[in-house]
Amino acid sequence: MAAPTIVAAGVGKRFLLHHKRATSLKERLLLHRQSSSEGFWALQDVSLEIGAGQTVGLIGPNGSGKSTLLKVLSGILAPTTGTVEVRGRIASLLELGAGFNGELTGRENVYLNAAILGLSRRETQRSFDDIVAFAELEPFIDNQVKHYSSGQYVRLGFAVAVHVSPDILLVDEVLAVGDESFQRKCLDKIAEFQQRGCTILFVTHALDLVPRICSRGVVLDHGQVLHDGDPVEAAERLRSLLGTGADQSGRGALPADRPRLAGRRLFDPATGLHKGHFRGGEAMAVDVDLTGPAGASAAVRVAVTGPADVPLWVMDSDPATLGPDGTATVRFGVKELPQIKGIYALALALRDPATGVTYDARRIGEAFLAVGDTASGILEVAWSADQIETPGEEERDRAAGDRGRSQL
Amino acid sequence: MAQAQQAADARAAAQSRVRLELLTELVRKDLKVKYKNSALGFIWSLANPLLYLAVFTLVFDKLLNNGVKAFPVLFMSGFLVWNFFNLATMSGTGSVVGNANLVRKVRFPRVVLPLSSVGFAGVHFLLQLGVLLIVLALFYRDAFGSQLVLLVPALAVVAVFATAMALLASALNVRYRDVEHLLEVILLAWFWLTPIVYPVTFVRDRLADQPWLFRLYMANPMTGVVTAMQRAIYVHPVAGGRPILPAGGYGFYLFWLGVGGAIALVLLAAGWWTFRRLQADFAEEL
Repeated sequence: MAAPTIVAAGVGKRFLLHHKRATSLKERLLLHRQSSSEGFWALQDVSLEIGAGQTVGLIGPNGSGKSTLLKVLSGILAPTTGTVEVRGRIASLLELGAGFNGELTGRENVYLNAAILGLSRRETQRSFDDIVAFAELEPFIDNQVKHYSSGQYVRLGFAVAVHVSPDILLVDEVLAVGDESFQRKCLDKIAEFQQRGCTILFVTHALDLVPRICSRGVVLDHGQVLHDGDPVEAAERLRSLLGTGADQSGRGALPADRPRLAGRRLFDPATGLHKGHFRGGEAMAVDVDLTGPAGASAAVRVAVTGPADVPLWVMDSDPATLGPDGTATVRFGVKELPQIKGIYALALALRDPATGVTYDARRIGEAFLAVGDTASGILEVAWSADQIETPGEEERDRAAGDRGRSQL
Repeated sequence: MAQAQQAADARAAAQSRVRLELLTELVRKDLKVKYKNSALGFIWSLANPLLYLAVFTLVFDKLLNNGVKAFPVLFMSGFLVWNFFNLATMSGTGSVVGNANLVRKVRFPRVVLPLSSVGFAGVHFLLQLGVLLIVLALFYRDAFGSQLVLLVPALAVVAVFATAMALLASALNVRYRDVEHLLEVILLAWFWLTPIVYPVTFVRDRLADQPWLFRLYMANPMTGVVTAMQRAIYVHPVAGGRPILPAGGYGFYLFWLGVGGAIALVLLAAGWWTFRRLQADFAEEL
């Protein structure tokens, strides 16, 4: 293995809890005694050595410390304990287009952002055209960024970040934004970086992506490294941790003093009857039952995954409080299901409303079916096909250039 | 391999070192953003000293006549440099908090934020000073002489002092947002404690039997800077039969510039140390 480019030794990060933090002098004086006594350890004793050229997938449940770890490695947050050593230029894609100024044009922002990321003006000039071409923003580069669409904004941010020729790429779920073609472009770029010997560490919730592009997988849970090694195993470890894998025997280990998921029920809100199949556009409701110590509270999250494992939307409830009998039910309603046919999965999670720590999580692989004939695709789209008048030979040649028509 | 390693280390250093290029890029951004949607843009800043001169000439020379000869020139020579100090300190104070998005998401040397605020104020000041000198070349020839060399030490001291204030205040402001509001009030009081609107000799004469109090008054680095600026541009220790400036030679001014400079350097060290110490927590506190 080549010399390590990232060495983290015994890294711990403690955050002071928000309500304990003094943000004004008055509070500081009042809170003086207790202000530093309480904290929340987002990372505990994390040791990682990442060699040059490795691609590491960093996965874990929400609130497990993934983003914090990336921030510590990229030098944005200082570790409370332990040390971090990094060799080379880091491009951290924590948020694309962070530091863009809406008043400036795309061109001006490229120079500004590149300077912040450590590039000289000459280096920026050299790769300017590539950046603009990659972002597909040639006609708009002299417009003010505040007039950009969110897609254009993100593309420009990504383009600048990957053109600073980093030695280390830290990616935080940015692949989740943008349309499919942009995501493909990002993945292509990542593959290109891999070939060039760049070290990549990326956080993702797309577990199938980890074995596909990573040489190594790291699972974090409650700020600690649970698994470090084979990426397929890492994805499986996390699935079983989330209760979404085939084997759910690990679930018995959940502590009894926390709220747990007890059951769920899908039904038609109009009739109140249980239902396993719906049509696009129909209404649907899900009841989620919780159990646990009376008086405890938990927020429920329902993530809906559509056919082909594409996460579609996420529903978060307000914190629910368990009644004296130790149970509670939260009802989620969906007014109109999307016009996408096929098998849907639900991922349910219970979280501590204050800290976001996951109490319990479960995945229902084949939760319900959106019925319809999928032989012609999963999407209902209004479309038309008409024969049009064919233009003459000459005219067609001219029109081809104008309308972007190409030979089959 | 060793070479590649060195190159990588150099690239890593470029992300944590304060680079002049990054500073100029940030100053350029501030200037661009400020004047983006105004038709006359930069002209406004340049016209500012001219408008002040016109108003003060009208009010103090023609209407009120406070008996100080060419009072608008005396006022402007201190006021412009005060404006620089005020703008650098106030925009420096908000510089880290104002760029929270950047601080929380990107790795870069945080100290460039207050430094670029000082640079932004500095560009404004130098341009305005240039305009003032051009106008004076037309109406107030007295300003042009060897005494202008006093500008050099005076500007050096105020640059160090403003940088020190910006570093200190920007770091503290992240933890205690009161700093910004507190400074606004302090700077207002400070303005009146500095001989800008009144000649310094008024204070000297009033405190004639308490010389130590006058020395304390002079130890304010901005007083040293302002009186040196006045000696350099307004020139006359005595005008229209009234004492305006405390001394004819340069010794007095250089002495107090030295005192102010020493205070500024100590404050700069304190500001630098404070900023370094607190910056690790910036991303968390914002």
